[in-house]
Amino acid sequence: MATTFPKKPASPTNAKVVAHVEPTPLTQAYLPEIFKGLGVSMRHFFYNTRDMLRGTRPDPVTERTDDGITTISYPEQKRPYPERFRGVHRLTTRDDGSPRCVACLCCSTACPAQCIFIEPGEYPEGDPRRGYERYPVKFVIDELRCIFCGYCVEACPCDAIRMDTGLHAVPYDSREQFIYDKDLLLAFASRTGTHENENPRHEPGEPGHPGISRLSH
Amino acid sequence: MTGMDVLVAILKIALMVGFLFNVGGLLTWVDRRQSAMIQDRIGPNRAVIKIGNFELRIAGLLHTAADGVKFFFKEDFMPPNADKLLFSMAPILAMMPVLALVAVIPMGDTICPDFLRMTGEHGNVFYPAVQRFGVCPMMEIPVVDPVTHLRSVRIVHPISLAVAPLNVGVLYVFALAGQGIVGAAIAGWSSDNKFSLMGALRAASQMVSYEVAMGLSLIGAMMIYGTVRLDDMVRWQGDNAWGIFVQPLAFFLFFTAAVAESKRIPFDLPEAESELVSGYFTEYSGMKFGMFYFAEYMEIVTSSMLLVTIFLGGWQLPFFHRDGITIAFGDALVFHSALPHIWMTILGVLVFFGKTLVVCSFQAFVRWSLPRFRYDQLMKLGWRVLLPASLANLFATGVIYLAIDNAGPEFTSALHVAADVSQAVVALAITFLVIRGFVAFFAPRSKRRWVVGSAARFAEARGGTETGPMQA
Repeated sequence: MATTFPKKPASPTNAKVVAHVEPTPLTQAYLPEIFKGLGVSMRHFFYNTRDMLRGTRPDPVTERTDDGITTISYPEQKRPYPERFRGVHRLTTRDDGSPRCVACLCCSTACPAQCIFIEPGEYPEGDPRRGYERYPVKFVIDELRCIFCGYCVEACPCDAIRMDTGLHAVPYDSREQFIYDKDLLLAFASRTGTHENENPRHEPGEPGHPGISRLSH
Repeated sequence: MTGMDVLVAILKIALMVGFLFNVGGLLTWVDRRQSAMIQDRIGPNRAVIKIGNFELRIAGLLHTAADGVKFFFKEDFMPPNADKLLFSMAPILAMMPVLALVAVIPMGDTICPDFLRMTGEHGNVFYPAVQRFGVCPMMEIPVVDPVTHLRSVRIVHPISLAVAPLNVGVLYVFALAGQGIVGAAIAGWSSDNKFSLMGALRAASQMVSYEVAMGLSLIGAMMIYGTVRLDDMVRWQGDNAWGIFVQPLAFFLFFTAAVAESKRIPFDLPEAESELVSGYFTEYSGMKFGMFYFAEYMEIVTSSMLLVTIFLGGWQLPFFHRDGITIAFGDALVFHSALPHIWMTILGVLVFFGKTLVVCSFQAFVRWSLPRFRYDQLMKLGWRVLLPASLANLFATGVIYLAIDNAGPEFTSALHVAADVSQAVVALAITFLVIRGFVAFFAPRSKRRWVVGSAARFAEARGGTETGPMQA
């Protein structure tokens, strides 16, 4: 038994459904239809010219179903990307500014395009994080290979990689420029401007860290 | 031919040809921008001249200039097996008749130079008021020298505002309009390309077919006006009714034939992109292509000028005559006010060029509204509809003309009243359209908002989509 999902209501449109016209002597005479067509052309022309001259064109995003010119002049005008748009990746940071990434290689394993390369490194002796987690010595994403599927974000157990920058893949001159390294990925902020994220994190040594609770037993 | 005459002739040529070239270039822009407005697009607006931070765009007009520059710098390609002489000659042959055609078109009423100054007694010279009807003849004005009291005679030369006010008028127009075929046919023949040849054949047969209807549709008008001189035709229309009222069917036939002659949609079979690449000028590039392209747009201007001259009253506005404003219905005078001759002359020239621009714009509407005909439909329309219709128009005009001629003076005066009423109708229609345009321009506009989805919500929160500088 197939599950039926509730249907999304159809979005309104300014497209007009034109009924099929049976050929009658009046339409076959061609002339009346010519004048009707010219009338339509003129109506569009005069209303659009007026809107262009007075600057009362409908907003291309919020009033896109209105009559008139709703073209987005792209580089200058941009349609805001939707909330869950998967843009260029960023690495989220901890409070001290170091990456949240623990170099578990989950993302590079999940990546169907194999565009993520991570070289894990061990914390030095005496670091409170040693023995609990590793850190990425290198974290490289090849944005040319990336297919923006978002699996890396799903796979990450630490919420260390996100695609919420709101940036689309930028065109560059050479292939080398598409290889994003750790510093660049850390430099990207989310749409709200933060480099961190909202989920809490407990450092080793803090109360609430699973390692601590295990130690106390 | 004095030096003054030469100067005047050069000025007239500069005005007419300058208008033709400029409006021809402008029409490429009008075509793009008007089609954009018709189809709810913005249209080309990217060409820009940057001077520091200042960006000059002029609503996309610079695209025309960019096109011109591009034409000159593109490779001038010639197919290896093309006929070199004919291939190079064809664009010239396409362009020349269009330029030569405007020579007979009057852009204003004949100027009577001595009436340009004030009328009445002035010093020792008596300037009679300019007369409303006819042309000022070559006149001899008696002059008394204030010092020597010697009597002499000043000879007044009227200045006709057509480059070449030929007596054959319309016949010259037909002769030159027919030359348009030659350029297209030679271009297709010399290109060594099957598509070009097909295009040339289509162009030749199409233009020959429509030439007939075009010529016959004007004969009725010639009968009514009683002249083939274009300026006399305009004068008749100013004194009586505009040609569109006395020859409505001929106006329509001539318009159709003129659009077909300029090879534009819906009659652009010779250059049908979907069938023949671009028809007879497939092999042309650079400025040679530019000349074909430009000749096509100038043909629109000349055909609009002809339409204005023969059917839309030329330089005339309703109730504006050479001697001023006279609102009269038959013999009943409502209002009369004399205006200086020079004002009326300038007004006439402006009105003529303004009407031409309006008709050009209307041709662009036709071009962007109608689909292309099939070739057999085109031929059927030409030979089975337009030609019989123009013959019928000719016959009906002849019969009615005879009937009116034999009807007696009462009927003639009634017709004069009807003609004045038609002028009033035109005046009211123009006034109505202007007022309607103003009202519609300042009318408030309600907009349908539809804010659904996060993208629209973000745009709404920002107070609308951000605008760039390229809104023109």
